[in-house]
Amino acid sequence: MSAVLATPANAPDEPWRSVASWLAQGASIVAVVLLWQWLAATHAKFWLVSFENVPTPIAAFDAGRDLLESGKFGRHLAYSLWRVGAGFAAAAVAGTALGLAIGRFASARRVLLPPLELLRPIPAVAWIPLAILMFPSAELSMVFITFLGALFPVLLNTIHGVEGVDRRLIAAARSLGTGRWQMFTQVILPAAAPSIATGLAIGMGTCWFCLVSAEMISGQFGIGYYTWESYTLQSYGGIIVGMLVIGLLGLGCSALIRFAARLAMPWAAGVAR
Amino acid sequence: MSAPLAPGRIAIDHVHMEVGNGAGRFEALHDVSVKIDPGEFVCLLGPSGCGKSTLLGALAGHLAPARGTVRVDGDVVDGPHPDRGLVFQQHTLFPWQRVIDNVAFGLKMKGVARAQRHAQAHELLASVGLAGFESRYPSQLSGGMQQRVEIARVLINRPRVLLMDEPFGALDALTRARMQQLLLEVWGRIRTTVVFVTHDIDEALFLADRVLVMSARPGRIIEDRTLDFARPRDAELVTTPEFTALKRHCLQLLHRGEADSPLPRMSPLGAPLATS
Repeated sequence: MSAVLATPANAPDEPWRSVASWLAQGASIVAVVLLWQWLAATHAKFWLVSFENVPTPIAAFDAGRDLLESGKFGRHLAYSLWRVGAGFAAAAVAGTALGLAIGRFASARRVLLPPLELLRPIPAVAWIPLAILMFPSAELSMVFITFLGALFPVLLNTIHGVEGVDRRLIAAARSLGTGRWQMFTQVILPAAAPSIATGLAIGMGTCWFCLVSAEMISGQFGIGYYTWESYTLQSYGGIIVGMLVIGLLGLGCSALIRFAARLAMPWAAGVAR
Repeated sequence: MSAPLAPGRIAIDHVHMEVGNGAGRFEALHDVSVKIDPGEFVCLLGPSGCGKSTLLGALAGHLAPARGTVRVDGDVVDGPHPDRGLVFQQHTLFPWQRVIDNVAFGLKMKGVARAQRHAQAHELLASVGLAGFESRYPSQLSGGMQQRVEIARVLINRPRVLLMDEPFGALDALTRARMQQLLLEVWGRIRTTVVFVTHDIDEALFLADRVLVMSARPGRIIEDRTLDFARPRDAELVTTPEFTALKRHCLQLLHRGEADSPLPRMSPLGAPLATS
């Protein structure tokens, strides 16, 4: 239920098989890069798709080197990390709190869930014009967009987790003298924690999805902004660099959350994988 | 367990109970009245679905009678309380807590300091034969060990009444026999009132001071028999002629009280259980 990026299900039982499997996977990636190089270098043209303006992997590599040498990479990175971090933190707090209330209390569900369900299908990108009007600075609008990206995965997984708490555990806790507030902190929250962690890991991924759209309104910094700027400045290699960096950061941050969740919940085998 | 427990006196007075929702609602218990003395070990024996778990749920305070009252030491039961400890068939240990914290949970709810509650939990774990397993998680224990932790977790609250819903029903025969012996040992030391639900005649006769046999739905008590087998009891008892005769008698009672078709097992929380 928690797989964002599924790993191959068949676990290799012998070492040489594992090595062969890794080799095959590596070869597949190399083949794709070679294909890309060939398509881009020959300016291949198909019916609808044209590779005329697509930079080659080598051009992308050069653009990456230029970015590093320009000394701006750190700043782009810092801005993006701050925006994702702030939006994600706000979404984690709001999504978990709302999810706990909605999952536990029928009254909260009736009042809170309908408007949230109406807002949920609206993609974060569609919020950009309104976000600009709503917030005093572009910076806050961008944080708001990443916040929206993470909010719903966190919220829905929290609700799911709270609803899935074994009612026998709740009954047992009541028989052991657990009060209303203690029920939340001692039983509901830890019981729903694996599901919440899954929501956080998915939400972290969607935060990064929304970053490029959010940073289209940025003035000067951010990985998403850099990607967009590369397009407008016709430095096409930079587009690829930006795409790859965002993909890797999204993957890395999600993996970090899964790792932290496993450390925090050693009892939950296979949590948030 | 240093301080003596005060065993509870149970008075069940003309209790009718209904279970289920809407059209599926039915009468699970019909006009049940029982008095149980402090420190008595009572087994509720009956076929699956006869409402014995429902009666236990009413004693625990998880289910409310449609009519009649359930009292412990004169106070009407109107909700769960740590004075009335409930042990389920499938353990309800918190998977996120280590064994020691599971056992100490009730004391934590009372605001007892960590060192103090751990000390008590240690002592109790040792008394159920689980010294050395304090830092395991419940999932790392066998079924029998999990039930021992579950019992220890309930006993730490020094309940006046210990309510057990087929606590050994999911264990293999050998483990079940060991657990029965262990339960009698523990009960020998802390004379709390025990109400033990089972459909296993051997188990009921081996454990109890008194067996209440129930009929199928709607559940009624069709026999109330005091057992005078000497204590401490051991496995030999089960093979004595007196035991066998009584067992035959109970078997006849159960057959007579049985429903035409097997009923789903109920839970002390109301609805029939989907599994087992």
